[in-house]
Amino acid sequence: MKKNIGSIKKNGFLYVFEHFIDAYKPAFILLVAVIAIAFPFTPLASRSNQRIVTMILLYAMLGMGLNVLTGYTGLVSLGHAGFYGIGAYCCALLTTKLGWSFWPALLVGGCFTALVGFLLGLPTLRLSGTYLSIVTLGFCEIVQMILKQWESVTNGNYGIRNIPKPELFGFEFKLQNGGFYFIILVLVTLTALACMAIKKSKSGRAFLAIKDDELAATMMGIKTSRYKILSFVISAFITGVAGGFYSVINNGYIEPTNFVFNISVLIISVVVVGGLGTIRGMFFGAALLQLFPQVFRFLNEWRFVIYGVLLVVMMQFRPQGALGWQSTLPYKLSRRTRATLKEHGIEPTDAIVVEEKGAQA
Amino acid sequence: MAYALIAVGYSMVFGVLRLINFSHSAVYAFGAYMVYFFVSLNFGLLPAVIIAVVLSGLLALTIDKVALEPLRKKKSIPIATLITTIGMSFIIQNVLSIEYVFGSEKRSFPSMNLFGNISIGNITIQSSQIIMLFVAVILLLILTFLVQKTKIGLAMRATEQNTKAANLMGINVNFVISFTFFIGGACAAIAGALIGGYYQVISPTMGSTIGLKAFAAAVVGGIGILHGSVVGGLVVGVAECLAAQYLGSNVRDPMAFVILILILIIKPTGLFGKKGVTKV
Repeated sequence: MKKNIGSIKKNGFLYVFEHFIDAYKPAFILLVAVIAIAFPFTPLASRSNQRIVTMILLYAMLGMGLNVLTGYTGLVSLGHAGFYGIGAYCCALLTTKLGWSFWPALLVGGCFTALVGFLLGLPTLRLSGTYLSIVTLGFCEIVQMILKQWESVTNGNYGIRNIPKPELFGFEFKLQNGGFYFIILVLVTLTALACMAIKKSKSGRAFLAIKDDELAATMMGIKTSRYKILSFVISAFITGVAGGFYSVINNGYIEPTNFVFNISVLIISVVVVGGLGTIRGMFFGAALLQLFPQVFRFLNEWRFVIYGVLLVVMMQFRPQGALGWQSTLPYKLSRRTRATLKEHGIEPTDAIVVEEKGAQA
Repeated sequence: MAYALIAVGYSMVFGVLRLINFSHSAVYAFGAYMVYFFVSLNFGLLPAVIIAVVLSGLLALTIDKVALEPLRKKKSIPIATLITTIGMSFIIQNVLSIEYVFGSEKRSFPSMNLFGNISIGNITIQSSQIIMLFVAVILLLILTFLVQKTKIGLAMRATEQNTKAANLMGINVNFVISFTFFIGGACAAIAGALIGGYYQVISPTMGSTIGLKAFAAAVVGGIGILHGSVVGGLVVGVAECLAAQYLGSNVRDPMAFVILILILIIKPTGLFGKKGVTKV
């Protein structure tokens, strides 16, 4: 279903909306940036609101991590809580036991998680589809076991306490002074920019090709196994860094039950509800799934029933996710491609629309 | 054996739909609660179990009809179906734990230890374990007969191999899938009754851990293959006991997944799995 730009309704809401945003892009970016930076200084930023917003951004980041794997490459992971936990524990252990400062610990935690992601990525060479999901599910459970059993290091079920708060040039980042919010804001922005860059890069196009048709991708000379592992590594790195951040915001305390299978389910719900393969969707999905239990607190026990209904209904009527629309904007060629095309005497046009399809579970 | 009983349900649905049915563990808990409910209404154990089996079958059928069939008709992406089953299990589990329904605390369950303990030499076995074994074996014989010898079984196997071709041959594929869900749900209820009777406690979340492990067992044996899930259940069960004995009781729980990953790396389709052929 490859559409040409000409076949898209030019008066459709989506078309008007997207082109409007596109026309005033710098203004919108500025607006969002101002709101994002001003938030902690507004009266809205009570302690609990800040915590909710921080969690939303954290889950948006986790969503983007999984999105690289599931949304781009089409590999469904049910074990991202495992990566999340490894990142969190790694960072927490480095800061508490070895007395590292938070920032290098965060980075090393991410790198270590990426290494684990590489190792977990290896079986993907042999497995596909559902079987891969099953292995990741098993991985999540095994991480859970290691966190619980390796008591000399992880302190077992009691978890790690007194994780120091991050500091930078004598400034201590806390929930109260908006420090946590700004850390996650920076992290999530970097992640979003990185994801956008990945999607436009050669690797990103290889990921999408693998998702759409692995066999065809192989035939086109894409080394599918290499790119699959690469997407595992990137995904694990992002998730690991998010985990490292989580280790400091949770009142300086983490335990194995913070990283159970249900968290994997929550992360994958964020990705699917928001819109597979999109970045805007991650923010929306995270906001929806984090706010839902808060807003409907008065429903008590019923709220998780309704949460389930929400997931089911959503999949019935909008399986591509809330914001998972197909872009009507023309596909923009990069400056270099344009230059190369011109060199060969071809007039570059932008009128190619890339189709976005769901992942193959 | 406990794992085998639940694994069969996963296996049957996976065989036909290639779908991890996450709502299965919730149906299992539902089955156990239904037995509890009807026993508390003085129905007697056996009638209660039968009613629970039928109701759980109907519940699984409803899940399929309400949520999954429309998705199939729309040819939705597989991950949407996965999320739907997760959503369904959320609904069932949380409805069970609402205070007016059953409440989230654990309930004591009628014992299945009908004939007391049996001792052979110096080994003592609870009769509930023997009942579990017997029921599981009989159930599997019935299911194997159903799948291999009856007309609906033939239709199930045809649907498993090629849904489109089966449809063209005049098989009502949707009926077959719904039927599979019914059987899966019924198996889950039987498992719920037996395992509930063995441990004598039930809770709305009783299915979550055991469900994942049973699923691992199903995959170890070769998912979609009935006797495979029995062997897988046994392998996982024995491995857990051995691990608890020699490596310490803490290693018990994740054993299923260690085996799972080993098996999947060595033989991705499971012990009895057939190799799928990718056609261009």
